[in-house]
Formats: sequence, structure tokens, C-alpha cells
Amino acid sequence: MATGLVVPRSPVLAPGRRHALPLLLLLLIGFLAPLLAILWFSVMPPRSFTLWHPPTFENYRTILAETFYQSALWSLGLATVTVVLLALICYPLAYGLSRVFGRWANLLTLFLVLPLFVSENLRLYGWILFFIKGGVLLGGLKAMTGLQPESWLFTPGMIVFGMVYVYLPFMLFPMTLGVSMVPRETTEAAADLGASRWQVFREVELPLAMPGIIIGCLLTFVLAVGAIAEAKVLGGQSVIPIAHDIEIAFTYAQNWPLGAALSVLLMIVVGALVLTVLRRFDLDRILGRR
Amino acid sequence: MTGRTSRTMRSLLWLWAAAILLFLYLPTICGAIASLGTSRYFTFPVPKWGLSWYEKTLNSFEIHALLKTSVTIALIVTAISVVIGFMGALAFARYSWAGRSLFQRIVLLPIFFPQSVLGLALLLWFNALGLNLSWQTAVFAHLIWVVPVVTLVIAIQVYGFDPALEEAAFDLGASRWQVLTEVTLPVLWPGIFSGSLFAFLLSWGNFPLSLFTTGADTTVPEYLYAKMVAGYTPGVPVLGTVSTLGAGFLLLGGYAVIHVLRRRRGAEA
Repeated sequence: MATGLVVPRSPVLAPGRRHALPLLLLLLIGFLAPLLAILWFSVMPPRSFTLWHPPTFENYRTILAETFYQSALWSLGLATVTVVLLALICYPLAYGLSRVFGRWANLLTLFLVLPLFVSENLRLYGWILFFIKGGVLLGGLKAMTGLQPESWLFTPGMIVFGMVYVYLPFMLFPMTLGVSMVPRETTEAAADLGASRWQVFREVELPLAMPGIIIGCLLTFVLAVGAIAEAKVLGGQSVIPIAHDIEIAFTYAQNWPLGAALSVLLMIVVGALVLTVLRRFDLDRILGRR
Repeated sequence: MTGRTSRTMRSLLWLWAAAILLFLYLPTICGAIASLGTSRYFTFPVPKWGLSWYEKTLNSFEIHALLKTSVTIALIVTAISVVIGFMGALAFARYSWAGRSLFQRIVLLPIFFPQSVLGLALLLWFNALGLNLSWQTAVFAHLIWVVPVVTLVIAIQVYGFDPALEEAAFDLGASRWQVLTEVTLPVLWPGIFSGSLFAFLLSWGNFPLSLFTTGADTTVPEYLYAKMVAGYTPGVPVLGTVSTLGAGFLLLGGYAVIHVLRRRRGAEA
């Protein structure tokens, strides 16, 4: 420990490194090591539960031979649609939060954060109560008009609806950070120089807010690709996403190595995407501006 | 003020915000409605209102055990993640050091990662280590995703912190400990407080990590999920509504405290 005025400057004890150490250790034991464990499990023979077998690529061969690509395509497709819809839904709100709502923005933000702290199963279950036959929507409709249409539950469209609902805050907050990075003077200058509202949006606001928007899209995409609850609760298993295949392999099928191999493939897609995108950004600038 | 945004535009934006709030809270409202009926099955309009299911649910020993497990996990996760997250945030935003940019990206990785896969990976890892799964392993699992979030939340506050304050205190002869407790912590306090609220609430509501790592112990979200899959029981909306209201009071109450303290500090200065 330093005495008095001397701040330690030796490379081993540099304050930055010293403060980063506990977090790095935690992630080493709790993040990197489990990922290596799952990687090693994926090359164990099918249906084994220990790590002491000679490695084999049989699980990967099984995956290629069977129809898992369908689940993967569903997951990627549903995630893409979710991200596009969320970007369109969240932009006006992000703009409002950073530009228009003024002192109300903080209170509004609290109410927008709160759903994050309720487990997603529970929130999706509320939609079941809303949409189910005899539920709030259809029961209410019947009581008022006597109409009895079919319920929309258990369709792929409903899964997208559920994902848009669950992941909305993950798109909204990075996007709001992004929009608040656009200096007000710049948009005003553009408008003074005769740019139309649309031109200001296309050529000034959008490019300057892009880092936040892209981080929001990335975060929602990654979470949506690994999503499972929406398809199970609202989709009624009309679609099996990749994460559900993984869970089946680990539970009913009792084939851990197969589940591990599927997880590894999912991790590769997600990891490649995240690393490529994150490399491009200066995080100090995105988080530091308030 | 916001001179460039026209009146119509402003009203449209407000309307949009209101619509999104309604969208976010509609399921919660439906849950609350379902919890307030007295019949065994949910029908709408509710035939008879009453609190009988609240009485039944909140008096059961099983529910008490669940709440105890969930609160214990969340409190321990909060305590540990605030300490590690506080230090991490200083490394993230306060000090400039050689590995910082890499460190920032490493911290983000667990957040940008499908949680169900992380839960499974941890399950395999605990299994390989020969650990018995219980609420303690769940605490560890929650930490992997909560600590990075807490680090980010505190880091945002640290960016607004002027390091010159610390240096001035050192120059005036303060010890390292005095600088920490009398300069750094008081200035960063709102960030640390938000961080601990986030930690508690994220752990409280977490399902995918708990599912794979609690073993024989059960948390509230796990119990709710098991009951949901097994068919309808009014205990689910009751416990769900109670858990949502609890989180809401904690969050709004917490920020009300921050608000009042900021005001008071502003008045003193």
C-alpha cells in the first residue's frame, strides 16, 4: 500500500489493473472456464456425462445430418424481425426521452426499466391471460358484443410479439444514449441551412446516433437468438427455436454432448457478431457523454 | 427549450410513449385482475372479486421458503457485486491503463450473451468440478451476469467524476482510506446506489440462470414457471403481482431517496 502522497506506479500494481483484477478473476472462473467446459463437452461421445473420454466430432456430424438447421433458421429469422420492429418502435421514444420530455424523462425511464426486473416468464404469462379464450380481450369482447373470434395464441406471429415485448428496454436504452450524443446545435445548424426535417434525420441525426442504435440492435439480436420462453409460453411450441433444442438435449434427451455442441455453434455465431461490432466502437464516448 | 420540435410532433411523441407504457404494463394489469378473482379458473369479466387467493398463497410455508431463498440470493449477489463492480468501474472509466480498452470489451461479453446458454455452461462447469448444486451455486451464476451490469451502471457515474478531486485531497495530506471514504465514495454514491438496486432486482427476477444452477433449491421465478407449465392456478398471478409490486416499490422508493438527498445536498451547497 502506498504511504501518504505516493501513488504506486509499478506496472503490476498500477491502479487500473489492480481494480480490474477481481472482476477479471470472476469472469475467468465463471465465464471463460464454463465456456471451455462446454467446448470440451461438445467433443465427448454422445450421451456421456463426464469429461474423460477421447474427443470425437460425432455430435457435430449428428447436427449436420439432422434438421437442427431449421431451428437455427427460425431463431435467426425471428430475431431479425424482432430487431427491425424494435428499432422502428423505439426510435421515436428514444428521441422523446432525450429531446422532448424534459424533466419527465427520468420518471418515465424508471417506469420503462421496471419490467426488466420481473422475470420474463411472468410477463409473458400476463399476455396469455390477455389473449386466451375467455381472457381479458376475448372474454371482454364477448361480453360487450357477443363476438367469439379465435385466439391468436400459439402462432409464430405471437412469438415475435412476445420478443418485441420482452426485449424493448434492451433496444430503448442504448438507443437513447445514442440519440443524446447528437449535439443539438448540429441539428439546428442543419435546419438553419435549409435542410428539411427528413434531411436532418437522414443526414445528421441518424449517422451521429448510430453507435447507440447499433449497440441496441446487437444486444436485442443476441438475446433474441438465444430466446426460449417466448416460443414456449406464447408460441405453444408451434416453432422450436435453437435454444429449445439445446434445452431438450440437456433434459429429456439426456444427451449433454449434443446440447453442448449446439450451444457451441450458437456461441460462435453470437461471439463473432459481438466481437466484430464491439471492436468498432469507442465505449468511452458512448457511455461518457451524458 | 426544444424550439425545433413542433407542437403536433411533441403531442405525437407523448402519445407514443403512453402507448408503449400501456403495452409494457398490460400483462401486469391482466395478472393483477386474475389475482383478484375468487374462482379457481380465470374467466373475464371476473364473476366475483376477492382476496381469498392472496390469503391462501401468502400463508403457505412453501411460498415463505421460496421468498427466503430468493431474497437471500439477491442480497448476497448485491453485496458482492457492488464491491467488485465498484472497483471494476474505476478500472473501466477512471484510470487510464494499458489493457483498459480490452477490459471494457471483456466486461461487456457476459451481457451480450444468451443467458440460457450461460446457465448451461455453468451447469457443466459445476458438474465437472464435482460441486453440488444449491442456492450458493446460483449466487455465483447470478454474479457472472449481474457484476458486469453493475460495473456499467457505476462506470457511467464515474465518467462524470473529476479525478482532480482525489488528487487535491492527496495533496492536502489525506490518506488513501480517507480519500476513498470522504471523497470518492460520497461523490460516486448515486451510481453505487443505482448499481445495488439493479443488482438486487436483476437477481430477484432472474430465471434462465437459476433454472440450471439452483439444484434442489427453488427461487420465485422458477416456482412460477413450474406452476405455469403445470396448468392454471391463481397462486401464479398472486405471487407474480406481489413480486412485481415489491420490485416497483423498491425501485421508485430507491430513486425517491436519491432525489431527496440530491435536493438536500444542493440546498446545503
